[in-house]
Amino acid sequence: MSAQPPSGSAGALPAEPGRAPSAEPGREAPAANRILREIFSGGAVVTVLAVVLALLIAGVLIAATDSGVQAAFGYFFAQPGDSFLAIGNAVGGAYSSLFQGSIYNFMRPGFLNGIKPLTETLTFATPLIVAGLGVALAFRVGMFNIGGRGQILIAAAVAGWISWSFPMPFFIHALVATIGAIVGGALWGGIAGLLKARTGAHEVIVTIMLNYVAFYLISFMLRTPGALQSAGSNNPKSPAALPTAVYPKLSDLITLFGGGPTTFRVNAGFIIAILATIFVWYIVNRSSLGFRFRAVGENPRAARVAGINVNMVYILAMVLSGGLVGLAGADQVLGSTPSGFSSGVDAGIGFDAITVALLGRSRPWGVFFSGLLFGALKAGSYTMQASEQIPIDIVLVVQSVIVLLIAAPPLVRTVFHLPKPGIQPRTRRTAGVVTK
Amino acid sequence: MKLQLRGITKRFGALVANDHIDLTVGSGEIHALLGENGAGKSTLMNVLYGMYPADEGEVLLDDVIQHFTGPGDAMSAGIGMVHQHFMLIPVFTVAENVILGHEPTRAGGRLDLAAARAKVREISSRFGFDVDPDAVVEDLPVGVQQRVEIIKALSRDAKVLIFDEPTAVLTPQETDELMGIMRQLKAAGTSIVFITHKLREVREVADRITVIRLGKVVGDAPPTASNAELASMMVGRAVELMIEKDPERPGAEALVVEDLSVIDHNDQYVVSHVSFSVRAGEVLVIAGVQGNGQTELTEAIMGLQPRIEGKISLNGHELSGRSTHGVLDAGVGFVPEDRNEDGLIAEFTIAENLMLDRSSSAPFVRAGSLQLGVLQEFAEQKLTEFDIRAQGIDSLVGQLSGGNQQKVVLARELSRELRLLVAAQPTRGLDVGSIEFVHTRIIQARDAGIPVVVVSTELDEVVALADRIAVMFRGGIVGIVPGDTSRETLGLMMAGEVPAEAAA
Amino acid sequence: MFAFGIPRSGSSTFGLSTSRDFFQIPPVTVPTVGTVTVVAILLVVLAVVAHLFVDRGATGKVPLWLAAVFAVLFLFLFLTWAAAGLRSVPIPGLLIGSLALATPLIFGSLGGVIGERAGVVNVAIEGQLLFGAFSAAVVGSATHQPLVGLLAAVVGGVLVSWVLAAFAIKYLVDQVIIGVVLNVLVTGLTNFLYSKVLVADPALNSTHRFPRMPIPLLSDIPIIGPVLFQQTIITYLMYVAVFLTWYMLFKTRWGLRVRAVGEHPQAADTVGIKVQRTRFWTVSIAGAVAGIGGAYYTLDAVSSFGKEMTNGAGFIALAAVIFGGWHPIKAALAGLLFGFATNLQSTLGIIGSPVPSEFLLMLPYVITIFAVAGLVGQSRSPAADGKPYIT
Repeated sequence: MSAQPPSGSAGALPAEPGRAPSAEPGREAPAANRILREIFSGGAVVTVLAVVLALLIAGVLIAATDSGVQAAFGYFFAQPGDSFLAIGNAVGGAYSSLFQGSIYNFMRPGFLNGIKPLTETLTFATPLIVAGLGVALAFRVGMFNIGGRGQILIAAAVAGWISWSFPMPFFIHALVATIGAIVGGALWGGIAGLLKARTGAHEVIVTIMLNYVAFYLISFMLRTPGALQSAGSNNPKSPAALPTAVYPKLSDLITLFGGGPTTFRVNAGFIIAILATIFVWYIVNRSSLGFRFRAVGENPRAARVAGINVNMVYILAMVLSGGLVGLAGADQVLGSTPSGFSSGVDAGIGFDAITVALLGRSRPWGVFFSGLLFGALKAGSYTMQASEQIPIDIVLVVQSVIVLLIAAPPLVRTVFHLPKPGIQPRTRRTAGVVTK
Repeated sequence: MKLQLRGITKRFGALVANDHIDLTVGSGEIHALLGENGAGKSTLMNVLYGMYPADEGEVLLDDVIQHFTGPGDAMSAGIGMVHQHFMLIPVFTVAENVILGHEPTRAGGRLDLAAARAKVREISSRFGFDVDPDAVVEDLPVGVQQRVEIIKALSRDAKVLIFDEPTAVLTPQETDELMGIMRQLKAAGTSIVFITHKLREVREVADRITVIRLGKVVGDAPPTASNAELASMMVGRAVELMIEKDPERPGAEALVVEDLSVIDHNDQYVVSHVSFSVRAGEVLVIAGVQGNGQTELTEAIMGLQPRIEGKISLNGHELSGRSTHGVLDAGVGFVPEDRNEDGLIAEFTIAENLMLDRSSSAPFVRAGSLQLGVLQEFAEQKLTEFDIRAQGIDSLVGQLSGGNQQKVVLARELSRELRLLVAAQPTRGLDVGSIEFVHTRIIQARDAGIPVVVVSTELDEVVALADRIAVMFRGGIVGIVPGDTSRETLGLMMAGEVPAEAAA
Repeated sequence: MFAFGIPRSGSSTFGLSTSRDFFQIPPVTVPTVGTVTVVAILLVVLAVVAHLFVDRGATGKVPLWLAAVFAVLFLFLFLTWAAAGLRSVPIPGLLIGSLALATPLIFGSLGGVIGERAGVVNVAIEGQLLFGAFSAAVVGSATHQPLVGLLAAVVGGVLVSWVLAAFAIKYLVDQVIIGVVLNVLVTGLTNFLYSKVLVADPALNSTHRFPRMPIPLLSDIPIIGPVLFQQTIITYLMYVAVFLTWYMLFKTRWGLRVRAVGEHPQAADTVGIKVQRTRFWTVSIAGAVAGIGGAYYTLDAVSSFGKEMTNGAGFIALAAVIFGGWHPIKAALAGLLFGFATNLQSTLGIIGSPVPSEFLLMLPYVITIFAVAGLVGQSRSPAADGKPYIT
């Protein structure tokens, strides 16, 4: 299995042998024309259209399962208008509550109350962004980190353990616990990197299997007194974090500087997510290490011939990737739910991170914004469930359809009749992908 | 069966790989298709074999127009192909490979392997091949695998057989045997299209010769035509492969290889007990047929082979045992054999490729950070110096022509302070202009006092560049001879024989 | 192995028949320390024999029977040790439960083997099982016909595999990515429909389960009779599927072509085999087989669909594919082993053994990690597995 990293430069196939350089000034299309073409054939439009199409498909699902719509269709031929009205009600209601739950709620009085949904979006987006960055970083090295779940579990266990076992001063405690989470995630991810480097074991299989190993390991520890189980409890749940280790809420920070009293859940974890994005951007685009990462990701053979220690890059990449994913674990136990965790602490973030990284095309800021989008979907889905009785699982459908669509740009182009990109069409290569 | 191609045209984007090609192959004729690498020979044959649809033109068999939608159609029409890269399933047996696609079956779709074995034995005995139908293909030597390919084609009653560069992987003896097989097939009435760029083979076996260049037929020639005539047709002008060079001024021994062996993952010695040395300011060419250990030898020098025995040293410092990084740091420049796979990263820009083997230290990296300004300045300068034709330093290397790609590799390697240059097949697949450029640069490096090791399978290149020649055969060095050794002697040595004059 | 050095005194008892059996066999009680010692020595001998096979043998492989004997003895050792001084270990119950748990795993792994032999990696086995289970539940409940439900499971599995095939073959999307995303999609879709439709209309979610159909005579064989031949039609189908998959892949024209396409698609292309078409239909068949495995959940195990009820079985099946070296029979044996490990933990829980159940549940995954790292058993995947063929 070769995990082709879905970076933005997809489609950059090796040129045909002897293909003439395209620098022929006289025959080039006018610049404006070319730019338009690039926009309409490039990644941005495909991404936007994929999101639209996924929401449309989800709309169909919502309408089809809506009792009002079903009732109206019962007498469709008598009053067809009712059916369309019912569809409009169902889908419109769903998406307006999605908006109200994720961006701004006009029903609530005052700006600070109205904007609260947006802060919820940021809260949900935080672990998605950091874990998405981890997965994306591995993608850039040509590796597929499906082990987010395991890495989050281990990281959460380490961070949690530090957070309730070792009293420390405010800030330092949170910092140490976060570092613990990074180390935990990095170790768990590093196993896959080490095995790939040493034995060639495919990281996809290893990370999938490590998810379950971590799950059962943490489950065992959560029900074992003296390990992770909360003292005096029979439930497989950990103790709560000490207040010193908990990420401060951003609204509390604002209050510190004289702001009004608010109750936003969004916490310092979001700041960490921004810092992590900058960090990954620097690593990938501006550092020597990132250069080597990308070289190995694009062509490991050439990287090796150029004196790059490919095996070390695999290990380092998985360690870094696991560390970033581990930050999501820290955010879960120190940020959003510091009241103790169970073996479900990963909350699907490990898999969501893959879709976040794919939608962000493995670019740091792309991941940041796709994390925000999926965070918004998550935040909104709870409102949707509460007010429109639409199960939150619809978000999984939207998320996976978006990723399927952006992974196959030709499909989106076919649906919307967009022009083909300017790169030359795929031609059969006698020796290439298959024979390697 | 008579084969005719009329006005075949095949385009890949802007590139016209075949431009109105006409070709007629008579029944029982061996027709050589001669042309440089990249001239469009293989494309033409893939069109004939139904792998690519032609944009224009038609294929006729015994004057009937054919419409092939895939190789299956071509095969059932009586066309067989012996591919340059064998189309065999490594984990299947010979019999399974031969029947694949037209399997004899018994009731219920059950494979009739007994019939398959009988078929293999029958064809083997007809041509005197010694092939075990139950052998697993990946365990067989290359020459035998090629025979399996031939049996595969014949088992489908091919009347027209295409050989695509069949000798590239063969030793001279195996080549001679293949020529014998071709004559045998011809005697049995099979028409043969023989694709090659090697003049000797063409003149030996072909009845007629068609030369193509840059996708066009440039003419026909009888097998009596001289090497010079054929070569000039192939490249379009009188070949002047001999480049101007001053006599070498060799200095002290720089690279010393002592009793070097390379062991592959199957525990085979692919290079065995090789010793040689290269002086500063001389070019040692390692000649030989492809696959006799040259690749592994250069990889061993570069620290790319995990299991080696013996000693490699440069200016008295040990190279063996160092990582590739360490070898590069010791001042070794390397032009790898396969520039697309090993030398360049297609999805990287020219500038990024120029810093590829200096990705962790000055001048392009400081305190772990890339120095993009330094890199940009460097890349702009090299673009001009090496005449790399591209829109700019941010063009992706994958979009450049082969010649320009190789210039990027050379620009990178020759811009460091070199104490040794190792160039493996540095001109493979390049046009004549680029070949000249590469050769000139290599000689310049030599004249600057750098010891140079060149690996080449092309006699023309060997003769053009060498101050001394080491000929490799089956992992060993047959002999090391002066640069002006005759081609005949070199040819014998490439076949593993040690001529008296070389031994002296 | 060293763990067994921890002394466990007393004796271990194995119940060999259930109260309903035709032949009643008295339970066997063995002294724990002596048995553990003897079996451990046997295991060491077997390991040495296996080593000799690798060193001297022409194939350099450990024969399958040797590995099987080793596995059985090892499990016996483990049981003897774990059950010392506790209630009797109900062997038939343990085995029946293992086979039941293994059934969907084996169907899933067969689906994996078939698809990957054609060169399409299937990480979406979980999705196929889940969607098969869902389809079987809904259609089986609506029609009150378990057989129609089974058919619906097949269709469900095929639908998932068509998405996989379309994106992998036509749009050349990385197959691991589609697999992962498909799992999310199927999870989301079935969860959504479950909460929105099935909860509102329970009549759509209560199937008639397949009855147990003891096979005359065979089912009266002591120990193995009740285990193997008092099962439902789905289990019998599983026996057939394992044999058929092996036969079709290795003995027929179709199988030769499928394997050619998975090993070296270009070579297959040059002899006139339509690579993409072959891959598409092979993946479809793989989906159908995995879909049957899904039906097990809602037509055999229980009679209704539950959210994410497959609970990672698809990934155990994937593990069985790899541990079984992409071979249908070995993959089925691996599935059995993994089913056994899963069932063992509940059995040990019942008899009150101190071994933490989580570590037994972990076993399939740990074994697979060792397998892909080449530490136990060398397996070789189809050469073109996961690589798109660009035409």
